[in-house]
Amino acid sequence: MQAIYEKPKTFIDSATHFCPGCGHGIVLRLIAEILDSWGMRGKTIGLAPVGCAVLAYNYLDIDMCEAPHGRPPAVATGIKRVHPDKLVFAYQGDGDLAAIGMAEIIHAANRGENITFIFVNNAIYGMTNGQMAPTTLLGQKTATTLSGRNATNDGYPIRVCELLAVIEGSSFIERVSISSPEQVRKTKKALEKGFRTQIEKKGFSLVEILSSCPIYWRMDSNEAMRYIDEEMSRIFPLGVVKDWEAKK
Amino acid sequence: MANINFSRAYLTMKQLLTGNEAAAEAAIQAGCRYYYGYPITPQNELINYMSVRMPQVGGVFIQAESEIAAINMVYGSAAAGGRTMTSSSSPGISLKQEGISYLAGSELPCVIVNIQRGGPGLGDISASQADYFQAVKGGGHGDYHLIVLAPCSVQEMANLVYDAFGLSDKYRTPVLILGDAQIGQLMEPVEFPEKPNKKSPSKTWALTGAEGRKRNIVKSFYPVKGQLEEFNNHLQEKYKNIEEHEVRYEAVNIQNADVILVAYGTSARICKEVVKKSQQLDFKVGMIRPITLWPFPKKFIRKISENAQCILTVEMSAGQMVEDVRLSVEGKCPVYFYGRTGGGVPASSEVIKKIVEIVPENLAANRLLQLAEVK
Repeated sequence: MQAIYEKPKTFIDSATHFCPGCGHGIVLRLIAEILDSWGMRGKTIGLAPVGCAVLAYNYLDIDMCEAPHGRPPAVATGIKRVHPDKLVFAYQGDGDLAAIGMAEIIHAANRGENITFIFVNNAIYGMTNGQMAPTTLLGQKTATTLSGRNATNDGYPIRVCELLAVIEGSSFIERVSISSPEQVRKTKKALEKGFRTQIEKKGFSLVEILSSCPIYWRMDSNEAMRYIDEEMSRIFPLGVVKDWEAKK
Repeated sequence: MANINFSRAYLTMKQLLTGNEAAAEAAIQAGCRYYYGYPITPQNELINYMSVRMPQVGGVFIQAESEIAAINMVYGSAAAGGRTMTSSSSPGISLKQEGISYLAGSELPCVIVNIQRGGPGLGDISASQADYFQAVKGGGHGDYHLIVLAPCSVQEMANLVYDAFGLSDKYRTPVLILGDAQIGQLMEPVEFPEKPNKKSPSKTWALTGAEGRKRNIVKSFYPVKGQLEEFNNHLQEKYKNIEEHEVRYEAVNIQNADVILVAYGTSARICKEVVKKSQQLDFKVGMIRPITLWPFPKKFIRKISENAQCILTVEMSAGQMVEDVRLSVEGKCPVYFYGRTGGGVPASSEVIKKIVEIVPENLAANRLLQLAEVK
């Protein structure tokens, strides 16, 4: 019998701690698949975030580092400057990257750091029990916006890709989602392009992945996927935002 | 930093540099190749110097977007196995505390220079020693210590920065150089003798890509019950070991001294002058200068206190190190304090007046008082 699809070797054989319907497992698996097929397991250094994905190093069989809340771009800069020929990626959530770590990501982009950032945006703080994120949609109910996010008091959802695209040092920026098998395949392609941008030393790359948090969205998994397609994708449009290979 | 010739032959000759420049050059001589900083007075000569020198030796210099980013770049380079350093001054060091706690919690070696200025808050830019608590009692969150070295001259700044890299690698812990605006900006002759051990020991735990080996993880997160306590016990064992082996101090004229001064850094320079002046009298003043503020020379101070009449701690703070002196003395002799704060620097005459105040019955007191009035 011929195996046509199996668990990637870089993905450690264990049950994950993620909730049912959470997108993190899908994204981490895609990273493992790419590292496997490119033979990059031993040439890669990853950064785990704070929040739900802090235990990413329990699932990816590669050298990995933790970073303080919001600081992965600075920590990754320090790693990449020591190992310019290793593939370095940072895995960040919406609170990590767009709230406390906004300065670090903007300046890493501005320096054109040759690093790939994987930005998992589920528009909520999962680990701390569902508080508002910078990317929470207007009207979205969270533990700190019980009657829905209100622009007057809470500001607007921040569009990270569009913000970083105007920075001269950024090279490749794309927004994708994990809402369907088709979108997952696009996400894998975007991650591959992000990594290739780095391997070819073209500079800063960021892939934003619209992801799900059924528990704190108070939805079942199917509803959560619909929410990504119908609500999130409207505020955060999918597609390539900046591409160094695109024809001018 | 005008007209400095960086050739090896030149650097082994005696030359005039500021403490900040000496710290930077010593780091480079010690093999540091990753420097991340952010400008703040009074340590700017250090970052300026690094911006010129690091590219010359094939190293990395980044002017980070903040002190927070700088310490986290240090964290990354340390995790990746590089010899790395940052420097700042009091308000900037406060910003770095989160990163310093993570460095201690991930057992990463690095060197951090704090050229202290007056505080709290924005304070001022003149010399102070008011960050002692922050430096030796933790500073960030959690149960941890830094090795804290306090130079009192430009030459000693160079020597201690050099040693700091060795200590940080040996114990896998951040080492803090605690200077102040006077030590940082003062110019004195310094030389950088060629020393061995420029290279770090093999770092099998570092992140280099897991080719041909099991993966390495650099972290300080222990969510499973009991694991964090076990890790903390391991840290405390390490700190005990450091306390056992790395205590450094200088003792001046302490045999049969009537008063023993305890001071470090700039205060110690002033106290040395007091010791020197007292030699002209039959009243004897000695001095203990802790070089490691952590581990603190508590055993030595306790031993001396058994025969001393009294101890006077002199600091440029409202009284911080004096608490460690009192803990060391354990009530064996009276401990007095004289301090200036908010950027005030004590004059030797002020210290002498304080000595007179605490030993009023002594026959030599009047002569001391006269001496204090001599400009």
